[in-house]
Amino acid sequence: MTTVTIDKAGPTRKVKYGSMSRDRAWALRWSYFFLIIFAIFFLTPPLYMIITSLKSSAEISAATNPWWVLHPTTENYVALLTSNQFLRFFWNSAIVSIFVVTLTMLISVPAAFALSRMRFWGSTILATGVFLTYLIPETLLFIPLFKMFAVIGDLTGIQLINKWYVLLILYPTLTVPFCTWIMIGYFASIPKELDEAAIIDGASWFQTLTRIFIPVALPGLIAATIFAFTVSWAQFLYPLVFTTSTDQLVMPVGIITTLIKGDVFNWGQIMTGALLGAAPPLIIYAFLMDYYIAGLTAGATKG
Amino acid sequence: MAYVALQPDSAAATQRARKRSSLQNVLKRKSTVAFLMALPLILLIATLVIYPAFYALHLATLNKSMARFVGLGNFEFLFRRETFWLVVKQSCIFAITAVIFKALIGFIVAHFVHNIPAKGQRKWRGMLLVPWVIPPAMSTLAWLWLFDPSYSAFNYTLSFFGIGPIPWTGDAYWARFSVILVNIWVGAPFFMIMYLAALKSVPEQLYEAAAIDGANWWQRIWYVTLPMMRNIIAITTLFSLIVTFANFDIVRILTAGGPLDHTHIFATWAFRIGIEGSDIPLGASVSLFMVPILAVAAIFILRDISKRGNEA
Repeated sequence: MTTVTIDKAGPTRKVKYGSMSRDRAWALRWSYFFLIIFAIFFLTPPLYMIITSLKSSAEISAATNPWWVLHPTTENYVALLTSNQFLRFFWNSAIVSIFVVTLTMLISVPAAFALSRMRFWGSTILATGVFLTYLIPETLLFIPLFKMFAVIGDLTGIQLINKWYVLLILYPTLTVPFCTWIMIGYFASIPKELDEAAIIDGASWFQTLTRIFIPVALPGLIAATIFAFTVSWAQFLYPLVFTTSTDQLVMPVGIITTLIKGDVFNWGQIMTGALLGAAPPLIIYAFLMDYYIAGLTAGATKG
Repeated sequence: MAYVALQPDSAAATQRARKRSSLQNVLKRKSTVAFLMALPLILLIATLVIYPAFYALHLATLNKSMARFVGLGNFEFLFRRETFWLVVKQSCIFAITAVIFKALIGFIVAHFVHNIPAKGQRKWRGMLLVPWVIPPAMSTLAWLWLFDPSYSAFNYTLSFFGIGPIPWTGDAYWARFSVILVNIWVGAPFFMIMYLAALKSVPEQLYEAAAIDGANWWQRIWYVTLPMMRNIIAITTLFSLIVTFANFDIVRILTAGGPLDHTHIFATWAFRIGIEGSDIPLGASVSLFMVPILAVAAIFILRDISKRGNEA
């Protein structure tokens, strides 16, 4: 009796295993199929940028197949890279981003160290406050800030509006809270014994920060730097509101306000400009993808 | 004489020394050092975030020339305008639809990436995150060109299937569809990355146990994956809700609020009124309407994050 039942159970189990592995194979095939569809959806606009950037304006207005380049040309790239105005936008963007990254790190790393390791009156409230400021979008503050800087200009004679360096004051409001927040997370994960040992050996707080915390939390520091750079490179609202003269503009605003002249859209050049504007973040992403993703997920998972 | 003269001098010196040392002590004290280290951050937040926020409240109570106090006059004026209610409606539709689809697409794509062998995952993940990496202002230009009224590459492709030219940004409903589509395109990869990280943290044994219990794939998702990812889904969705609700770049570049204000959301309308129309008080009042929904989302995020902290 018993042997019969075991015999019966044997084959059915085997069949089930077989169907499971067949299911797996099909699941894999379907996964690839849908991934390809989603990849097409996600990559069409950047690919279309590249295609259009290689076309002459004659080819664009001839309305040939938009997905194919008949006569590839680099004239758009040459035109933009030899245009002083465009190089000026690129230069402004680079200077602003580099200064903002430096400023952000100088403010947020010591602050994160203080908030994660050295308790002082109100430090827990401040840590929550930092996180809350990170949640405040720039679209809420641009009007009062604009008026504030106009008033400062009237009162003191220091004209900040329509100067590229006003962005050095504005961008840290976007980068510092987030960088402080993720650095608090990274610093908090360093074992306490490490800095206690350093203090016992006679290191000052400053030395503890520079000799222990910064080297150990270097991945977090890189992630925060990348974040600060991409945010300041991509920011669109603040430069649109605060700068208007063409020599003060940064990349995104410069491309949109100067390459679109009234109703005349020089699409070849616009796409080339957009591609060149997207290049620095994309290059950084290509080389430091793991840090980029670590920073991205740290915002919500650390802390 | 000299001795006597020296006396008060040395007393003062010791007193000075003691004073200096007490000052040094204060400076050496842990809490003081910490406070000084955090001071730039405190100043930045106080002058450039908290002060402007309250300044916006003050501005909202002034008249257009900012010379006279009008109390709630600006809000009264807004409530009587049809465009304002249109903007409220559109902001809500825009944010809710976009976030739902971003979350859905992100969830689905994360599952597919998780399904394929680990070797290829890096490559796919890297490719699928590209929309998030490109500055939104730049990628929206590509979409604007894809949606071009006369040269639209989409319409060119659709014409082979006999589908007539679609007025992507010309018609009110299509324009709303287009801005939401671009927003989904930009934001879905972020959800994908977050969910992928969460999926990796679900213990494999749970799925094995579910498989032994005879759960099908739907039951595995519903009873294992979703409960394990609940917290990360909540936080990501709330984050995205804030960012989407306060979006500016995409709508500004794609439609600039047109046709006939039918795609304006709070941020773009506030810009149109406050900066382009130079009615700063009214613009400030418009942007203040974002505060309630942002505050609610922020409270829920804080609650979830502190919950995570307690679990750990």
